[in-house]
Amino acid sequence: MMALHERALVSPRSVPSLPKHVRIQYDPVRQAFAVLSPEKVFWPNDISLDILRRCDGRSTVGHIIAELAADYDAEQEAVAADVVAFLQEWSDKLLVKL
Amino acid sequence: MSEPLLPPIGMLAELTHRCPLQCPYCSNPLELLKANRELDTQAWLDLFSQAADLGVLQVHLSGGEPTLRRDLERLIAGLSARGVYTNLITAGVGIAEGRIEAFAEAGLDHLQLSFQGARPATTDRIGNHKGGHEKKLETARRARAAGLPLTINAPIHRHNIEEVPEFIELALSLGAERLEIANVQYAGWALTNRDQLMPERAAVDRQAEIVAAARERLTGIMNIDFVTPDYFAIYPKPCMGGWARDAFMVAPDGTVLPCHAAQTIPSLSFERFGPRSLAEIWTDSPAFNAFRGTDWMLEPCRSCERREIDWGGCRCQAMAIAGDAAATDPACAKSPIHARMAMLIDEAQRAAAVPSNDEQFVYRRIGVVTEPA
Repeated sequence: MMALHERALVSPRSVPSLPKHVRIQYDPVRQAFAVLSPEKVFWPNDISLDILRRCDGRSTVGHIIAELAADYDAEQEAVAADVVAFLQEWSDKLLVKL
Repeated sequence: MSEPLLPPIGMLAELTHRCPLQCPYCSNPLELLKANRELDTQAWLDLFSQAADLGVLQVHLSGGEPTLRRDLERLIAGLSARGVYTNLITAGVGIAEGRIEAFAEAGLDHLQLSFQGARPATTDRIGNHKGGHEKKLETARRARAAGLPLTINAPIHRHNIEEVPEFIELALSLGAERLEIANVQYAGWALTNRDQLMPERAAVDRQAEIVAAARERLTGIMNIDFVTPDYFAIYPKPCMGGWARDAFMVAPDGTVLPCHAAQTIPSLSFERFGPRSLAEIWTDSPAFNAFRGTDWMLEPCRSCERREIDWGGCRCQAMAIAGDAAATDPACAKSPIHARMAMLIDEAQRAAAVPSNDEQFVYRRIGVVTEPA
């Protein structure tokens, strides 16, 4: 199998970003943020949106978890599990680059 | 109306019917429009602007071959300026030097490139275009070099279904993010060529296994979208996500349609952009309202628990096979004439078993067919 890259696994040191074919955009008609990708449009909830907006190609997953835990006043461990699961799922769908 | 009318999300713009390929499975209507019937640049730009106002977030630029429009860069730029996600659906032959780069600069978000075969001989034979495969490889390389995300689209039928593993290798080797294994849907030219294109049941089953295994193996590496073959299905597809529910298409002359094949439904008449605004057509056009929601449904759809999953399936397939656009899509096991699908598969196999019939395609050309079969 000649693949140009391998499946990426989320770690605290991963630096996620949105690939070129994915973008977040505010839709004034529906008054909601949409994630646009080649064939699909996603409507992320507030928490998903908070994660995706931090996928800026500079912040590590560890940093994102710490920030969200502070913002939501939640346990780091619980936030970490959710963030890692979310990013792995989106990476597996090639909607987030690690 | 059983639910409120929502704004459309997606639009397929068939900018032209002109095409350098002559694929016998083409979804365009049999009566193809010549260049002099196409909307001009300003009309397309006005239409795109109204689409964005209405809530359209994604526009698929298709045809025919959309790159034959010399104004394609301007059309992409117009959409991009409105924040609309643009997807160029191209055959990838004969694109002049520098243009792919110009599309990228104009703001193109994504490029979808078709391959008729994974082997050069298959691509060239199905598209009836010598050297096509090599040109497509070059287009893929140029798209990647221009930084464009890439989907490889493989329309599948009996003459290339055994190439599915090679299609997967091809898409990987080209660095594509996505591969569409899209079994041909029998509308337009594909309906005319149905006996020549219909795969065997055993090949369909093998294909499903190959795709399932590849999806598993390639998780996080390449997405594979699998459009399964209708005639072998148990449940119908939610065609267009439901008639006039969140997407529509526009023909080269500005006729606004709920789907590709809608013009094969003789009881409906369709309106053109220009005389009427897009919002008026989307909201009020009798053709758009004919099969919207679930109120139009007959049994067994009407009381079916899946009625808001598959929305009754494909109206045009119901028209083509049941002779009634309001009937349940015969692809559904609950359709009283579902058995006709299996008969049509068998008929096609018998026809293909006669060597002189096999590969006697009616190739897609403007002017070949003036009266639908």
